[in-house]
Amino acid sequence: MSRDKSKLLYAESHEWVDVVEDGGQKVATVGISDFAIQQLNDLVYMELPEVGKTVTAGEEFGEVESVKAVSPLYSPVSGEIIEVHADLPDNLDSLNEDPFDFGWIVKIKIDDESALDALMDFAAYQKQCAESG
Amino acid sequence: MRTPPHCCNATTTFPSDTVSQAQLPSTENAQTPLDRWHRSAGAKMVPFAGYDMPIQYDSIVNEHHACRNAAALFDVSHMGRLRFDGDGSEELLDRLLTRRVTDLPIGGVRYAMVCNEAGGILDDVLVSHLKTPSESRYHLLVVNASNRAKIIEWIKPQLENFPKVTFSDRTELTAMIAVQGPLAMETCKRLFSFDPTRLKYYTATITDQFSKPVIVSRTGYTGEDGFELVVRAEEATRVWENLLLAGRDVGFVPAGLGARDTLRMEAAMPLYGHELNESVDPISAGLSFACDLQDREFIGRQSIANIKSAGPKQVRIGLLPEGRRPARDGCDVISSSGHVIGKIVSGGPSPTLGYPIAMAMVDAQHAGDDQFEIDIRGKRAAATRTKLPFYRRPKK
Repeated sequence: MSRDKSKLLYAESHEWVDVVEDGGQKVATVGISDFAIQQLNDLVYMELPEVGKTVTAGEEFGEVESVKAVSPLYSPVSGEIIEVHADLPDNLDSLNEDPFDFGWIVKIKIDDESALDALMDFAAYQKQCAESG
Repeated sequence: MRTPPHCCNATTTFPSDTVSQAQLPSTENAQTPLDRWHRSAGAKMVPFAGYDMPIQYDSIVNEHHACRNAAALFDVSHMGRLRFDGDGSEELLDRLLTRRVTDLPIGGVRYAMVCNEAGGILDDVLVSHLKTPSESRYHLLVVNASNRAKIIEWIKPQLENFPKVTFSDRTELTAMIAVQGPLAMETCKRLFSFDPTRLKYYTATITDQFSKPVIVSRTGYTGEDGFELVVRAEEATRVWENLLLAGRDVGFVPAGLGARDTLRMEAAMPLYGHELNESVDPISAGLSFACDLQDREFIGRQSIANIKSAGPKQVRIGLLPEGRRPARDGCDVISSSGHVIGKIVSGGPSPTLGYPIAMAMVDAQHAGDDQFEIDIRGKRAAATRTKLPFYRRPKK
């Protein structure tokens, strides 16, 4: 698999979302964008949530730390966390190299699709990054 | 992600929020004479103590390693530089500082604190005794940027008792550059008319660089060998580029406040606002070596002497949190019996060691404990006491 970053949805807080329908159930795979990783730089630690935890859109579900700063990770969707990428915290260097495939953080079974409307497409997200960068 | 609410360091903001500010100098902050150089080199600029300062150019970790392995250049022009000329300068400074100044020889540099009557630390400083080529002597006091205005106000009333002393704030007329790392001295020595490798640690001299005067001081804030320069503001960019060019082939890099902080933390050097503040005294901070209490009088002496004889209420210790999650300043430190007995004052990943390190101020009765817990935003991490500093440079 290789995700096309131009086909993903993005939160203002720099998480990317890949929504896949599986047997009538929508599942969001969530990571953080290459722009955010580049800006954070020197990642040293990531805290993942427990599988089974329910999150609402905008809620903090984990955190990522660089040498200087702790940055909360916010869930872009509402639902249940059904999988976490347990190998990721020990391989944060790979997150730099491959943020959209190896770099996935959690999978969330979406229970309320309305939150998806608040997300940006790639063009809108690029515009946000250009304005802040 | 967003501006981290838990960020534990004054220099930290979420990078994407700072990049937009990096385009142009801010209007509310001052700029150092090297500001244009930093921006054109692509540095990420952040507000710090009233200045726009580079927090990093490339990667904090790379800049940190460059300093430990070769050398790094730091713009430290934000530090306050206060000059005292005339008869009585020694006596005035002797009254202000925890270290004796009256016997400081020409070329001598001392680390000291400015304390209030209660022994609370107003600032930690370096005092140097210098002689100009025209044979006039003066004292230079280098203070923290964040404390410069406060210290100037603290000094002013003292000046009344020393009418022959001329006090001047040289900060904006000059720039200050630190060159730190094992290759700093050897690589740069040919740039000066006086060979700075002849300087002993904690001594300074006035020499010149391409016929322009420069103060060279064998001091630093990284745990490495190296030197700090004071030059006229208009010479700053030229000197900075000369230094970088001299070290180009051996791995010199410019480094920002981010690496400066991880380097000083590994060396267990205190940072005002973290290890030190007005409610901390030098004894608790582990800086009794920087207090000359015998046969002299200075502001705070009696209080510090009392604390020394009674024993401090708190002590500064080093901790190694288990695992990879850094414990940052503000986190509670918990004793093995489950009580909150202190706080982390500085903490983060150690690029040299490869695991997190932290310094804490804890109640003195727990000074001998080996095992603690740290509350990192609601989760407990075990932590083991360790000796300070965390890192000591290899002996040559």
